Amino acid sequence: MRRALVVLLAVGFGGLGTLALASAPRAATTTTAATATTTPSTARGRSMFVASCASCHGQDARGVRGRGPSLVGVGALAADFELRTGRMPLAAPHQEPMRHHPAFSGARIADLVAYIGSLGGPPVPVVSGGSVRRGHERFADSCAGCHQIVGRGGIATGAVAPALQDATPVQVAEAVRLGPYLMPRFGPRQLTDGDVADLAAYVTYTRHLQNPGGWAIGNLGPVPEGLVCWGIAMVLLLGAARSLGERAR
Amino acid sequence: MSTQVPAEREEPVGDTPAVRFVDERLGAAKVTRGALRYVFPDHWFFLLGELALYAFVMLIVTGVFLALFFSPSTATTTYHGGYQPLDGVEVSHAYASTMRLSFDVPMGLLIRQTHHWAALLFLAGIIVHVIRVMFTAAFRKPRELTHLLGVLLLGLGLVEGFAGYSLPDDLLSGMGLAIAYGVVLSIPLVGGQLGTLLWGGSFPTAGAFESRLFIAHVFLLPAAMAALIGAHLALVARHHHTQFRGPGRTERNVVGTPMWPGYALRSLAWMCATFAVLLLLGGLVQINPIWQWGPYEPWLGSNGAQPDWYLGWLIGALRLMPPIEPRFWGHTWAGNPFFGGVLLPTAVFGLLAAWPWVDRRLWTRDRLDHHLLSLLRDEPGRVGATAAFAAFVATIFLAGSADRLFVAAGVPYEAQVWVLRAAVFVVPAVVGGLAARAARRQGDVRR
Amino acid sequence: MNVLARALAAAVALRAARRGASGGPAPDGPPGPEHRTAGASPAATRLVAVLLVLTGCAGAAVGVLLALHASTQLLGLAAALAFVLLAVALAVASFRIVPQETAVEDRPPVTDPQTRAALTETVRAGGDGVSRRALLGGAAGVAGAGLATAAAAPLAALGPRPGGRLGESRWTTGVPLVDEHGAPIRADALEVGAFLTAFPHGADPRELGSPVVVVRLRPEDVSLPPGRRAWAPQGLLAYSKICTHAGCAVALFRYPLNEETSTSPALVCPCHYSTFDPARAAKVTFGPAGRPLPQLPLRIAPDGTLQAAGPLSGPVGPAWWGVGHS
Repeated sequence: MRRALVVLLAVGFGGLGTLALASAPRAATTTTAATATTTPSTARGRSMFVASCASCHGQDARGVRGRGPSLVGVGALAADFELRTGRMPLAAPHQEPMRHHPAFSGARIADLVAYIGSLGGPPVPVVSGGSVRRGHERFADSCAGCHQIVGRGGIATGAVAPALQDATPVQVAEAVRLGPYLMPRFGPRQLTDGDVADLAAYVTYTRHLQNPGGWAIGNLGPVPEGLVCWGIAMVLLLGAARSLGERAR
Repeated sequence: MSTQVPAEREEPVGDTPAVRFVDERLGAAKVTRGALRYVFPDHWFFLLGELALYAFVMLIVTGVFLALFFSPSTATTTYHGGYQPLDGVEVSHAYASTMRLSFDVPMGLLIRQTHHWAALLFLAGIIVHVIRVMFTAAFRKPRELTHLLGVLLLGLGLVEGFAGYSLPDDLLSGMGLAIAYGVVLSIPLVGGQLGTLLWGGSFPTAGAFESRLFIAHVFLLPAAMAALIGAHLALVARHHHTQFRGPGRTERNVVGTPMWPGYALRSLAWMCATFAVLLLLGGLVQINPIWQWGPYEPWLGSNGAQPDWYLGWLIGALRLMPPIEPRFWGHTWAGNPFFGGVLLPTAVFGLLAAWPWVDRRLWTRDRLDHHLLSLLRDEPGRVGATAAFAAFVATIFLAGSADRLFVAAGVPYEAQVWVLRAAVFVVPAVVGGLAARAARRQGDVRR
Repeated sequence: MNVLARALAAAVALRAARRGASGGPAPDGPPGPEHRTAGASPAATRLVAVLLVLTGCAGAAVGVLLALHASTQLLGLAAALAFVLLAVALAVASFRIVPQETAVEDRPPVTDPQTRAALTETVRAGGDGVSRRALLGGAAGVAGAGLATAAAAPLAALGPRPGGRLGESRWTTGVPLVDEHGAPIRADALEVGAFLTAFPHGADPRELGSPVVVVRLRPEDVSLPPGRRAWAPQGLLAYSKICTHAGCAVALFRYPLNEETSTSPALVCPCHYSTFDPARAAKVTFGPAGRPLPQLPLRIAPDGTLQAAGPLSGPVGPAWWGVGHS
């Protein structure tokens, strides 16, 4: 009874304290662009493409009907995004591409990107600067509907919109311009490079949100709050009630 | 003229000064003695309602503090304060003052978070209490009115909680209010009138609504709830508490710990434990970080925007409802949100309120007073029906977080919706049947 | 530092509590329910005294921490600690110090037939000699209804009658589409697969009738009903951004990068996931919405900016009695 109460409250204290401490921002997983030991080679990229990508995108990268689209004109931008985020290659053409560990080394990705880039299309964007405040406003209007207001991910009917904390500023810019999978795409006349930099700055900021309230429970809003209410607080309190409610026998 | 010296008034030996002071001015010795000897039956189940009571006390205390700083106005101002990323953004006074409470007022965030957690636990406390009452049939005669007051309290608590988290005018507040407005409009015949009446025009441009919501949240609803709590407790005391069967316990007595001193200390300990957990959550677990949601504009929306847990069954109902909207003779007879947002809660609360009478007809079948609680094995039918009722609400509740389940576990949302639409009818039947069978079996073993 | 010290002290106290609990007198009462044992355990008494003093320290610590501008976490921990200590002190006092008693109290009878009969008689006696009760009752009902109406009348001041204004918007022929800062929107701003939010020039953007979501599809994919063929120049389509289900913003636009292997374009509301097909006049394809999003006919002005080519195709926002058609 009292013993149980004491233990329970002690456990509650300790547990919550640990969680609050553990909620300190995670170390950023910065994927430093792999410094290729050799300069990227279009020829090496092409032979790799034939070996690893051609079954869906075709020997000449012009696409295979019902399997994968043509990559002529998508540019280094698209190849860099899809390969460095591990979305490509897909196990099956109808799967939703998800972020994974890249399937190829940084140097080989550079080769592939060089090859796709040689077929024409936009280069890998350069992102610098950006304002978190402007990025927040832009993100709320154009991105939060799917990705959730602090980029913790969400759904559209038919697809999961990923959490964005692993995305580098360059990958954010690439995704905005490309519109991967079911994401809409935003051209430079709609969002300038400056706007995109603002978005990238905001997305980077969401990795280290200010959580002055303590344990952030995933920054996901009421669902985890409800889980804490029932799963932690109510359990603690019911335990306390049990030890208080019955008389010693 | 009498020359007699008045006799010294007789003083009982060892009279306690405090008792004497009170009794000589109020004559309250008899009543007070009765109250101090009032007997509480011993069982931890009977502390669950007190949990809600003490959470309510915490809500009042913290709420008064918050009300001193909150500014219920949607007029705009430029935010400057402790949170840099929003510095210079145009926001409402409601939002700015909540931000000030969170970042600049000493202890403001602790009190704001404790208030919000207390709201979640107040309603969670009522729910566990209701579940206990339903399964032990504590609502039977003569406690039907106690039950009704409790149901009303639960209903007001839901509205009060919603009003509370709708006040700060952040994105989550605004999305919730948009839905509330849509639900009100959907009511047949009078929805439009009711909506413009409540909002003082159309949402969200009518500025009157914020201050109306504020006065409802800090005065009208809390006052009504405090009165209901008082009446609820008075009725409990009038009949004395129900008790489980046991040696020496009958329908005519109550066996347990007297108020003074054992139970009073125990209940105060329980109050302190409740406060401790609430403050622990308020200090350590972040809740409703409005700085992350940002201010509301009607054209903005965020994924993963859910209501607080106690309204999860309503968002679930709104999401599960097929796209039915009867329209004929030039009118919309009921907007779609009516079914999930009005009809369902009305039916659920109606059934909950009518439960003592339903129960008397189906299971109790007498007009006697019942002070000894029913055990699960006593009435398998009641157990099954109660479990089915709970499972019905719980299944709809689950639908409210189907989108987060898709993100977390990859179960496609549309598939979940289709399955849950069927599950709303299947799960209660299965759960109710299993519960009744388990109760019956337990009874057989006992016999 | 001092937090740690307090935590340590609390741990010691908890240990002591356990010892106190096992060392207390074992209550072995008589077989009947009623019994009473008095006699405080000295260990428990000491423990409670220690706990109460510690409670005071923790409470004072809250004030000190506040003066030191400590974080919310430390403040919460200190305040919670004070209440935990007090809770344990009270619990120990309740079980180990004060007399332990199980009492039996008679339940007060709810009713007494004689008193009730007397009450009934008293109520009835009030009507002695009164004739034409129905008339009086009816008249009193009229009075009550009239007064209730008078009392309720001020409620009408709370809000205007909706009339036809609910669901109205400022969109009419020739109104330019602007962004939230009032800048005009050029048709060529949107690539195929893009979306943006636009407002009627000069109107309050916060009115539900104002925001529209503009998307660009490939013109050959657009399939509008006969009367709307000219509403989507160059595959540009605009719909009210306010969901026709419950009034949230239709803030999701999905557009497939490779339509062969993924699903079709859609506008989706993040509140209840009503899903609309932008290529087919925002037909509802999934979710609870009962009618399509109202469409705004578009045209491209000579300077390349977007304008409304007419009003919205129907009332905006959630359905109500007055929404007869879309």
